Amino acid sequence: MSLREKVAVSGIGETNYMRGTDRTALSLTMEAALNAIADAGLSPRDIDGIIPYGLGAVAEDFVTNFGIEDLRFSATTPMGGASAVASIQCAMVAIHAGLCNHVLLALGRTGYSGVRIGARVAQMPQFRIMADYEMPSGAIAPAQIYAAMARRHMELYGTTSRHLAEIAVTTRRHALMNRNATMTKPLTVEDHQTSRLISEPFRLYDCSLESDGAAAVVISRSDIARDLAKRPIYVMAAGEGHPDSPSAITQRPDLARLGIAKCAARVFGQAGVTRADIDVAQIYDCFTYIVLCQLEDLGFCKKGEGGAFVMDGNIGLSGKLPINTHGGLLSQAHIAGMNHIVELVRQLRGEGGAAQIRGAEIGLVTGFGDMGDGALAIMRRG
Amino acid sequence: MPESTTKPLPEITADNKPYWDALSEGRLMLQRCAQCGKIRHYPRPVCDGCWSMKVEWVQASGLATVHSWTVTHHPFHQGFKTELPFTLVTVDLEEGVRLNAQTRGLDPAQLGIGQPVRIGFERVTDAITLPVIVSPV
Repeated sequence: MSLREKVAVSGIGETNYMRGTDRTALSLTMEAALNAIADAGLSPRDIDGIIPYGLGAVAEDFVTNFGIEDLRFSATTPMGGASAVASIQCAMVAIHAGLCNHVLLALGRTGYSGVRIGARVAQMPQFRIMADYEMPSGAIAPAQIYAAMARRHMELYGTTSRHLAEIAVTTRRHALMNRNATMTKPLTVEDHQTSRLISEPFRLYDCSLESDGAAAVVISRSDIARDLAKRPIYVMAAGEGHPDSPSAITQRPDLARLGIAKCAARVFGQAGVTRADIDVAQIYDCFTYIVLCQLEDLGFCKKGEGGAFVMDGNIGLSGKLPINTHGGLLSQAHIAGMNHIVELVRQLRGEGGAAQIRGAEIGLVTGFGDMGDGALAIMRRG
Repeated sequence: MPESTTKPLPEITADNKPYWDALSEGRLMLQRCAQCGKIRHYPRPVCDGCWSMKVEWVQASGLATVHSWTVTHHPFHQGFKTELPFTLVTVDLEEGVRLNAQTRGLDPAQLGIGQPVRIGFERVTDAITLPVIVSPV
């Protein structure tokens, strides 16, 4: 049974993204959700399925705030930064099974004003092994663990900090075209190369932002989506992939291979497209290196060739694979990748503004989280 | 408050107590499946090779090689602030599993994949001793 194009993104919504707010994550999440529902031309009471991120708001909050009379489906996809894209697969299954028609995905956080990202990791059950065996030695934050992955990649394949700088600088250039990006000043390669060391080889500008804000998406049954307010953006295929040794990167057989490598061929196969068909890609970018590694794991280049792939403008707006046209987690805001889904839909609708990729018809969005979990969705303009 | 108590400490459970007890005595012990013999780390209840829950503990040689590393400069945790910068190394133990720990007396600029190192021990509290990565000689 193929799920190809059984569902479509019918609505997208965001709040303003900020670094500093006195608003709650719940309030931000509700605002983004209402924006997405209105964008689809639906009423909040039409929502009959909800996949919240799990922080900021739970399904019950939406029932309470929207007066939903018969919520038929709720779930969470606890995969950190892969959750948002993984929830597309979850919504697709629920809708195609006939459980519901309109699934709301909503993600809000006060990552800057509330509990900072580094501090919350120790309390999450998926990090129990790290908490017991690695944090006592000072391996506290994802930046440190991913840094060792990047170091290994550099040693094996000759990847350099200059390659990582290219990702940071390109992403910033895109953010400057986006009125809802929190980074508003240009970034040069030199700025990157002289920024302070966080955990080598990562410098400050290899790391994503801590942000306040929310984003939301409505996924609808395709035959209904066709009659809604906006052009439907069909989900050609979606999937999730979990790495070997997901709870301790240290024990992973291949440090330079992420979970998304396991689902990439499957999702491309189900979508019936090749890498050359992808007009635009929103790649989860908690750290520059994670972008580079995913490009390899997705099959856009061979393992070890990611450094060369990102150079020469290849990932810029007029390059062979434009990425993170909104500025990403590195320079727009860290909304855990829900902002990547929103941006992909904008691009495929032709609503990309100054950063619009001309004629973009097919694109992909990835998620990465919880030390290596991956998710991938390929979408098509309807 | 002394700094050692502000650092994160592991939760001792029935699954991992032999590991921590042995470290406190200056020995690195690993779980070996009592059915198929596969060595696993970090400590956990089930063998992923044969799904047996029978386990025995064997002493590691302490010999290892460098798999990867990072030098941390940013104060992610107040408990480690005065030690910055410090080097975390992931090592391949001779027994085939890995371990992540701070170095002692190793120059991070000289590190390379495959470099021989050895596991040392550093007492943190009465109950907890952590492994550290030291020179092989």
